[in-house]
Amino acid sequence: MTDTQTGAVPEGEPVTTQLVPPELPGIDKRDAPSAPGKRQSGSEGRVLNVFSHAFLVVWGLLVTLPVLWAIMTSLKTDSEILKSPWALPDELKWNNWSRAWQDANMGDYFMNSVIVVGGSLVGTMLLGAMAAYVIARFEFPGNRFIYYLFISGMSFPIILALVPLFFVMDNMGLLNTYHGLILVYIGYSLPFTVFFLTSFFRTLPTSVAEAAILDGASHTRTFFQVMLPMAKPGLISVGIFNFLGQWNQYLLPTVLNTGEGKQVLPQGLVELAATQGYDGDWSGLFAGLVLATLPVLAVYIVFQRQVQAGLTAGALK
Amino acid sequence: MQHGKYRFIVGFLALPLAIYAVFVISPFVQAIYYSFTDWTGLSSDYSWVGLENYDRLLDDEIFWKALRNNLLLLLVLPLVTLGLGLFFAFMLNVGGKRRRGAVIAGVRGSGFYKVVYFFPQVLSIAIVAVLFRYAYEPTEGGALNGFLRAIGLDSVQPLWLGDPDLALWCVMAVMVWCNVGFYVVLFSAGMSSIPRDFYEAALLDGANRFTTFFRITLPLLWDTVQTGWIYMGIIALDSFAVVQIMTIGPGGPDYSTEVLSFYLYTKSFRDGQAGQATALGVALLIVTLIFAGIVMRLGRRERLEF
Repeated sequence: MTDTQTGAVPEGEPVTTQLVPPELPGIDKRDAPSAPGKRQSGSEGRVLNVFSHAFLVVWGLLVTLPVLWAIMTSLKTDSEILKSPWALPDELKWNNWSRAWQDANMGDYFMNSVIVVGGSLVGTMLLGAMAAYVIARFEFPGNRFIYYLFISGMSFPIILALVPLFFVMDNMGLLNTYHGLILVYIGYSLPFTVFFLTSFFRTLPTSVAEAAILDGASHTRTFFQVMLPMAKPGLISVGIFNFLGQWNQYLLPTVLNTGEGKQVLPQGLVELAATQGYDGDWSGLFAGLVLATLPVLAVYIVFQRQVQAGLTAGALK
Repeated sequence: MQHGKYRFIVGFLALPLAIYAVFVISPFVQAIYYSFTDWTGLSSDYSWVGLENYDRLLDDEIFWKALRNNLLLLLVLPLVTLGLGLFFAFMLNVGGKRRRGAVIAGVRGSGFYKVVYFFPQVLSIAIVAVLFRYAYEPTEGGALNGFLRAIGLDSVQPLWLGDPDLALWCVMAVMVWCNVGFYVVLFSAGMSSIPRDFYEAALLDGANRFTTFFRITLPLLWDTVQTGWIYMGIIALDSFAVVQIMTIGPGGPDYSTEVLSFYLYTKSFRDGQAGQATALGVALLIVTLIFAGIVMRLGRRERLEF
């Protein structure tokens, strides 16, 4: 897991050094012996370069065009959309956006998502870190069992649990409530969080915590004031992972949170798509879609390096 | 001291374990139990029926269709997604024009490509599915057929999701679209940690870059590829959101995009056959475990340290 951190976080660095070779004086010395090979494959390099750029550009277009199409469509009138899906609008219809935000309740769905994910993210991080710390750092009977109990949750298909879960929630009066959804999000985020943070806490030096205990700090205080600050890089990675997973969650709210006006953003968007689709109101629908996209797009553009590192952290070992 | 330690351990574990047990573990265990009952999900009475639900699955044509679709997804999706991911990552890291000094070089702007490619990964699958449902729309307004008309292919206007032979491939294309970027970033990170001397030595020995890919890059990345394979397989075995939101029916014309997860959902929340649905879920779990087992076994090879 140390590799996860060292390998994933400064992930762009090697690329920049490749782009600016003069910064690597060590390599220049080796230039002479590699010269014959260079001459042989010089044209191969050029062909490959053109070839790779062509493919890379094509995929880049495939990724961006649907998104640009959605943004463009959200600013057109319905008749313009139906006449020609790829033509630019005569004028930008910003009121589609305000219509979707207010009349189609996207604003409410957004606030619901903020409340639910705000609660569940704090809960997941706190409870996940507490459990992971105890599992990573303390010997006690059942330690291994509890660890494997947690990580086994990563391999089960959630949908299998969904039917009984619905009735568990129903019996506890938690269906269609914010706190019910928050508890479920926490439960299903714990396996990965505990798995990731357990191995992260294991990599941290023990000496600092021991010193704090010797100085008379309680275990609880040591955890909050010494260990949590030390674990910050790991907490950020797994926090981003959980934020996106919970913010984008669709399956759980679709089954467990169907109350009128309680919908979270992805769920609200799908309902909007159903109603507006039948009405032929494509402009309102696409405005809703773009509004649902903007928050994550903004987060991604600002924190792209951390987001990439956070989401891939679990797969790099 | 010892006493305080145990109180601390219990205090820290109690709440996370309780939440996990109530909302995750107990529903899973109950699901397996219910799969042997005739529970409807609508009332609280049910009786034990043994293997009847499983027996009925074997005669259920839709179940076999869903399973077949899931297996096809399981075969094609990881292959295409990881293949493209490896290809683009290799292009980004090694495909560049050779500059003074460096033996291998990434293409110019590789950071930018990665930012763009990764973007679909941060979108909710619900957003992606709604977007593509309308992009695939065959009538006026649909982006794909609109594009075909714009380049003069007026006669080529497929029904996309409405065509039983095409619908599942449309689903796959969307899932490839959102996942390739993740693997490009993942494999790029792996590739950039491979020591450059390895490439230097191979190129000096006269290997071209395609040989270096199969002889150096792929073997050294094998662990990551294997993990990615399992990730992608789990995504393929789920596919719930894309099928439910995007496909016609939902489930596609003539069940052409039916998958186990969505069939389970309709069985329990529409048809009132919760017991039967949980049996389906257990079947899905078994497929998942077999798949993970196969990948682990196939992937077992000597670990290369570098």
